[in-house]
Amino acid sequence: MTATLTAIEAAPLPVPVRAPADYKTDVKPIWCPGCGDYSVLMSMAMALAELGRPPEEIVVVSGIGCSSRIPAYVNTYGFHGVHGRALPVATGIKLSRPELTVIAAGGDGDGYSIGGNHFLHSCRRNVDIAYLVMDNRVYGMTKGQPSPTTEPEWDSDLAPGGTGLRPFNPLAIALAAGANFIARAFSGDPAGTARIVAEAIRAPGFSFVEILSPCVTFRPDEREWRKLVRPAPVTETSDPGRAARRLMTDDGFNLGILYRGDRRAYQPRSAPVADAERALERAFEL
Amino acid sequence: MDSANRNPGPPAPDAAAADSTLSLAIVGSGGSGVMTTGAMLLDAAARAGRYGLLTRSVGPQIRGGEAVAMVRLGAAPLACNGDTCDILLALDWQNAERFAAELALGPHSLVIAEESAGDMPPALQAPGARIVKVPLQKTAKAIKGRPNMVALGLAAAMAGLPQAAVTGAVARVLGGKGAATLAASEAAVAAGYGEASRLGAPAATAHSDERPRWIITGNEAAGLGAVRAGVRFAAAYPITPATEIMEWLADALPKVGGALVQAEDELASINMTIGAAYGGTPSMTATSGPGLALMVESIGLAITSEIPLLVVDVMRSGPSTGIPTKSEQSDLNIAIHGVHGDAPHLVLAPLSVADCLFTTQWAAHLAERLQAPAIVLSDQYLGQTRMVIDRPAEGGPAARRVLASATDGSRYARYALTPSGVSPMSVPGMASRQYTADGLEHSQHGTPSSKAEDHLAQLEKRRNKLAGYDYGDAWAEIDGDGDLAVVTWGSTAGPVREAVARARRRGLSVRVIALRLLSPLSPSRLAAALDGARGVLVVEQNHSGQFHRLLRAHAALPADTVALHRPGPIPFRPGEIVSALERWM
Ligand SMILES: Cc1ncc(C[n+]2csc(CCOP(=O)(O)OP(=O)(O)O)c2C)c(N)n1
Ligand code: SF4
Repeated sequence: MTATLTAIEAAPLPVPVRAPADYKTDVKPIWCPGCGDYSVLMSMAMALAELGRPPEEIVVVSGIGCSSRIPAYVNTYGFHGVHGRALPVATGIKLSRPELTVIAAGGDGDGYSIGGNHFLHSCRRNVDIAYLVMDNRVYGMTKGQPSPTTEPEWDSDLAPGGTGLRPFNPLAIALAAGANFIARAFSGDPAGTARIVAEAIRAPGFSFVEILSPCVTFRPDEREWRKLVRPAPVTETSDPGRAARRLMTDDGFNLGILYRGDRRAYQPRSAPVADAERALERAFEL
Repeated sequence: MDSANRNPGPPAPDAAAADSTLSLAIVGSGGSGVMTTGAMLLDAAARAGRYGLLTRSVGPQIRGGEAVAMVRLGAAPLACNGDTCDILLALDWQNAERFAAELALGPHSLVIAEESAGDMPPALQAPGARIVKVPLQKTAKAIKGRPNMVALGLAAAMAGLPQAAVTGAVARVLGGKGAATLAASEAAVAAGYGEASRLGAPAATAHSDERPRWIITGNEAAGLGAVRAGVRFAAAYPITPATEIMEWLADALPKVGGALVQAEDELASINMTIGAAYGGTPSMTATSGPGLALMVESIGLAITSEIPLLVVDVMRSGPSTGIPTKSEQSDLNIAIHGVHGDAPHLVLAPLSVADCLFTTQWAAHLAERLQAPAIVLSDQYLGQTRMVIDRPAEGGPAARRVLASATDGSRYARYALTPSGVSPMSVPGMASRQYTADGLEHSQHGTPSSKAEDHLAQLEKRRNKLAGYDYGDAWAEIDGDGDLAVVTWGSTAGPVREAVARARRRGLSVRVIALRLLSPLSPSRLAAALDGARGVLVVEQNHSGQFHRLLRAHAALPADTVALHRPGPIPFRPGEIVSALERWM
């Protein structure tokens, strides 16, 4: 190869500078005024602008819930499926089109309850997907029922006096199940959330970001989260043992990247052979 | 007519040949090797220019229980088991009585049993059947061979197969096991031929018919049909009797540049399939009734968001876990009506083992062409029967979708109302053609809408694109124009064809209408197919007559209509259908 050619190839392509607005549609969100999900949408657009990929090379996939409405509001390709099944849809897209950036998003009910099995197996499978859960510790869309992360004493019509059940710890579960990147963010800190989301998209494998995103309508108490959140007092770790101790003792309000592993992202083996179809058919001949 | 929708031609059994078939069963307990013996016998028969099929039945043990291999051989392509068993070969009698109903011994049957196995279980005995005892074990021991290989030689000789054909089959299966094993097996086969000569075996005949043959199961054929159409992604969760489709695809897809993923459950497998299809790759999943039940919500999503999708349901006896290893055509209702809302989609059924290839391929083609899910209703009988077939024609319909064109600056309307109802679809990567695929009702642009006019317009679009499409003549296989019509679907088409061939020889003027496309059903095509029929027999394998009801909803049947429907687990035999036709004789 000649020196000139190498120089040309090495020259950086002109990257069109994109702004967050380039990643938003003009569809008006259905969300209540003050809902944390508005900020998450903004953070997502900021993160995508920072990464700068053309919107048509990105797919945002969701299930059902207030938070799951997000694909319609971003100017990427979108998929708004059925309740709880965002992750398998995202998996199918990424495995068949590995060159795309695939983001799954949704709520705590969607991801931890009805979609709980897919959450476990997506962590384990470790496909290169970023999964953003807007955790408001309640079912917003169905108007205020407890979710797997709701506090035991939280009173509601469906569980008067509270469920009495211990909330589960999605980050510890993600770690145990094999997620390669685990972080927590807060919708009230859009710039911090954008940074974490961009990092989650960049990180190979399955990246899980729990975004505390208050439901101001059914959990007005969550406005207090602003006072409770803090940057995690420790730096990110790649040691699952340390991460496990941290996540098991964590009060749920430490923000930041809490674990970054080094597992290779899953890609199914594909080994195309010449004239494969004929060879397959020949196996049926006598 | 679009050439993709042309009938591949009926794999109808030769009427005369169906009479001169031989049904042979080999029974034995765990480890006795009856399945290998059956497979080699079929292979040998194919080498000798015969056609045939192999079905198997096993006890409830996961591994190593009693088993029976049922082989039926003939001079022309076959489509089902015979009415009775001509020759039963028993390596031992352990738990063999459980197969009594399936074996169907009759007064003409010859039972050849290992001499040390004791007496034939009373439940199996048929009045008039002749029983002879042979020293399979002793013979095998003397030459250090295996009793099942002696049985293979014996069976092949009784079927009139030349010994060279058996040698070829043995070499193919055991070739990799070393010269010593091969030699021992060949000696055992020869000993079997020796035993047979004492029993009065017929002279061996090889048919000179040189048509190229395949040996294939319906599950393999379905996998191949999908690959031929262009399916390149599959996600699935193991379930009997569909697993072999996935296992075949797990090997095949990577070779053609695709992939198969084992999902955590059927909710995942259908949604992974939907995701890959949304991404532009023709995609499929395979399952059986319990898995289909888990998938229906997401099939509704694919209908509403207009995502092409292939789902192969290899039906087994239901409901619930039912009888996992046995066939039944009882998923018709859920396949057609299982999805909530008004949810038009495609439902098809292969009409034979060989047709699993074409029907699956055609279903993949239609799904992509019409941007809708297609459910293929195969069943355990088709899926797991190993069949000698003529080499299928090459080519066939391809899975290709109507794609959106590059941007012309206009706003993209994913669900635009077009005359055909099919709207050009964009896939990720296409600039300025982004949209959100949505299970929510939507406007033409794909934005969620609860407006009455959007709902109605999109419902009609989704209905009309399927109802208005020209499915050509592949929608059914219609044979004959008699004034009696036997109407059937899916795998029961096999025994129906054979029964009708017999009835015709008894002077009955019968036509067969075997439906491959079950949804959407075209009332006008049905009416034309039924035109002039004074009597109708509707045949299907389920308890409640699901197809009969469906037919009545779409066609006017004459007063003289008889519905013959019964559940699994025993496959339909031609004789049952002939009996039902006798009222018209
Ligand atoms: C199969 C199914 N079951 C139930 C529902 C009803 N449903 C819609 S959204 C939802 C819960 C959403 O909660 P979450 O995922 O936490 O999202 P949020 O609305 O709080 O953002 C439920 C139960 C549904 N759409 N589909
Ligand atoms: S109900 Fe709660 S989660 Fe839903 S939009 Fe309103 S504030 Fe947000």
